[in-house]
Amino acid sequence: MRLALEHISKSYPGVKANDDISLAVQPGEIHAVLGENGAGKSTLMKIIYGAVQPDAGQIVWNGAPVRMKNPGMARELGIAMVYQHFSLFDTLTAAENIWLGLGRGTSLSEVETRIDAIAQRYGLDCAPRRPVHTLSVGERQRVEIIRCLLADPKLLILDEPTSVLTPQAVEKLFVVLRQLAADGCSILYISHKLDEIRNLCHHCTVLRGGRVSGRVDPAQETEASLSRLMIGADPPALQHRPSQPGEVLLQVDDLDLPGDGEFSVNLDHLSLEVRAGEILGIAGVSGNGQQELLATLSGEDRRARPAAVRLAGEPVGTLGPGERRKRGLHFIPEERLGRATVPVLSLEQNMLLTARPAEATRHGLIHRQTLREQAQAVIARFGVKAGGPQAAARSLSGGNLQKYIVGREILGQPRVLLVAQPTWGVDVGAAAQIRAELLALRDVGCALLVISEELDELFEIADRLQVMARGRLSPSIVRAEATLEQIGVWMSGLWPQADAATSKEVAHAAA
Amino acid sequence: MLRLEARANPSRLMVWLSPLLALAITVAFGVAIFLAMGKNPLHGLSMFFWEPLKNAYSLSELALKASPLILIGLGLAACYRSNVWNIGAEGQYIVGAIFGGGVALLAGDTTSHAIVLPILLAGVLGGMVWAALVALLRDWFNANEILVSLMLVYVAQYLLDYLVYGPWKDPEGYNFPQTKMFADPALLGHLIEGTRLNWGFPIALVAVGLVWVFLFRSVQGFRLQVGGLAPGAARYAGYSSRKALWTVLLMSGGFAGLAGSLDAIGPLQQLTPQVSQGYGFAAIIVAFVGRLNPVGIVLSGALMAMFYIGGELAQSRLGLPNAMTGVFQGLLLFSLLACDILIDHRIRFKR
Repeated sequence: MRLALEHISKSYPGVKANDDISLAVQPGEIHAVLGENGAGKSTLMKIIYGAVQPDAGQIVWNGAPVRMKNPGMARELGIAMVYQHFSLFDTLTAAENIWLGLGRGTSLSEVETRIDAIAQRYGLDCAPRRPVHTLSVGERQRVEIIRCLLADPKLLILDEPTSVLTPQAVEKLFVVLRQLAADGCSILYISHKLDEIRNLCHHCTVLRGGRVSGRVDPAQETEASLSRLMIGADPPALQHRPSQPGEVLLQVDDLDLPGDGEFSVNLDHLSLEVRAGEILGIAGVSGNGQQELLATLSGEDRRARPAAVRLAGEPVGTLGPGERRKRGLHFIPEERLGRATVPVLSLEQNMLLTARPAEATRHGLIHRQTLREQAQAVIARFGVKAGGPQAAARSLSGGNLQKYIVGREILGQPRVLLVAQPTWGVDVGAAAQIRAELLALRDVGCALLVISEELDELFEIADRLQVMARGRLSPSIVRAEATLEQIGVWMSGLWPQADAATSKEVAHAAA
Repeated sequence: MLRLEARANPSRLMVWLSPLLALAITVAFGVAIFLAMGKNPLHGLSMFFWEPLKNAYSLSELALKASPLILIGLGLAACYRSNVWNIGAEGQYIVGAIFGGGVALLAGDTTSHAIVLPILLAGVLGGMVWAALVALLRDWFNANEILVSLMLVYVAQYLLDYLVYGPWKDPEGYNFPQTKMFADPALLGHLIEGTRLNWGFPIALVAVGLVWVFLFRSVQGFRLQVGGLAPGAARYAGYSSRKALWTVLLMSGGFAGLAGSLDAIGPLQQLTPQVSQGYGFAAIIVAFVGRLNPVGIVLSGALMAMFYIGGELAQSRLGLPNAMTGVFQGLLLFSLLACDILIDHRIRFKR
């Protein structure tokens, strides 16, 4: 037995993150830990890695009980972890980043040689001498993995490793992981993606609400049965009827904008249009210009020429968010706390940010009764679980806050709605509800632009798709004609019209 | 073993208990200091916490001292709630006194008493001008407002020095650096016979009400605070951060300038190089101890005024250095910052 957890429990104020969790991993086993966001996966991994101490229970490593005092001790024992968010310095090269983490007495050239050796052995293409900011997300992840492998680990923990990868890069990662396992390294694979787990893992421990809700062989399970273990119920099926698009409500015409900062993406001659009653989905790995595009559309970035962005024909490129909102453009950003809402303010006060501010003010003073009614209406209509309109935004769970924000913007009666990562970090039930609401909004004639990293989600709700890569947009394709594979290729920047010279460079960077 | 543990929600109770706890710690340190200096600590503390409260006259003096502190503190609260770190209220106060004093010097014995209004408006204008410099530098050149506003304090002081040592010096003042005494019509009358209390105190209380409504009931005040709490949310909602910057700086400059002109034609009756006793800096403490809340600022303003009066009494009656005022102010702010950790954390005893 490589690793055994026995009756691990850990509480935080207000929540029991882990409750009597036991699991065992054999040498060479790829063991999945499946669960929704908030099920306790991350806490459990931090306990194994020594970053968090359990309240009760013990860890057995290679047959002997250990107290994992800190991550340094875990590393010494041969445990390595690849976090969901990378910790690399953008301005250093890949090799320098890895070198930094090693003890003294190793030269940079030695490190580079060792990196090359490992890269060779596992087929992990990686350019150790290139600065990290020029690497694609997939390449950065490989740098992190190589960093772990240099220590010759006995157990590798991967936290949601595929959330930032294109489908092709996921396949490549799986090849590497299978080979690692064949060499005897145990792998703990944390995910909420059912197909990946069924594909890759030998065993699966399912967590729900901090407790183990199932121990299964994923190959023997269907996605539906795994999903039931994970959320305790079948997710509601979504009705997707074909749309009847009307007039063009949002139009972007040859938007060309240099990035506003060292590591922001240049928008490169983007064009798109969204019609009333349709959902345009923008696929692509995060960090390829999505943030920059959204800021230009919402009015937070007003550097574009006026005619580059049009709302129902009117040029609005230099108008602020308030002006655009008056013209019917609403926006649900990715960051729920700190952008879509002010964390310490109540739901009621947060209504005033966007929904219908004019109705809730009299002579420059806030009419609190109206605000409370608006907040109450959203809470009731969207089934937001909150301690009432007075509850602080940050006291809500991710899913409930997102329902509240979606509800607030819908209450504002948008003609055009921009949505970024509509269901990121949201539990399955709330995600289904949010998607259904977006479709319902489409059916009453709103034009929606949805940017998401989750291809499944876009295939579920979008009518047309475009792909964003390296600050460019692919041509639009009708969803019914698109395949997952094709969109995956496009996510590397390789769509038909992309000209030959640049696509070569892009292919190299995204590989 | 003591351990700090994060609270799931910030404690509303501790928000208000923390200043009281900080006061208790300040008093405890005060006792230690009095003991170390060989004074009876009870006697020493009574200078700060009893003498300023003991009769109607003491209370009127307390209100007189508290008024400028409250006025300046109100403006600073608006700034700090908007994440604009104006720490140059001292300079804005001085320039307010200069502008107000300049108008007051125009008055003669036959001038109408109505000149008080232009004097106070000039004071407001002076403070605004000085704060506008800060806003301008930040807005146009992205200069750090902390440094700029602080440095402008010294410019203001030298401006005042130049005037009272130079063009505005009283020719009959035996060459002392001071202006002539303002003419009677330019002075604020006493509200109550036998005290020095003037219109400054009622004005400060009205300002408390107005600022409370502005901060907690007006759309503009809401926007400012969103900008302070979550700049990303303010951008998302479309609130202008430039507008917020100018609004709060002009507001706090105006309040500080008003306080300066009120003091000039109130207790001071002339301009000297020592127009301010550090009110602009003390008001920073007032604003924070009062939890950036107008009502809290009334209480903390009174407390800070007690320190000022107590310091003077300790000097004249106990022979302690006047620096005791500063020591108490510093201790209070320091303890408050330390106690504020209990708002988001709780102490747990663990073996």
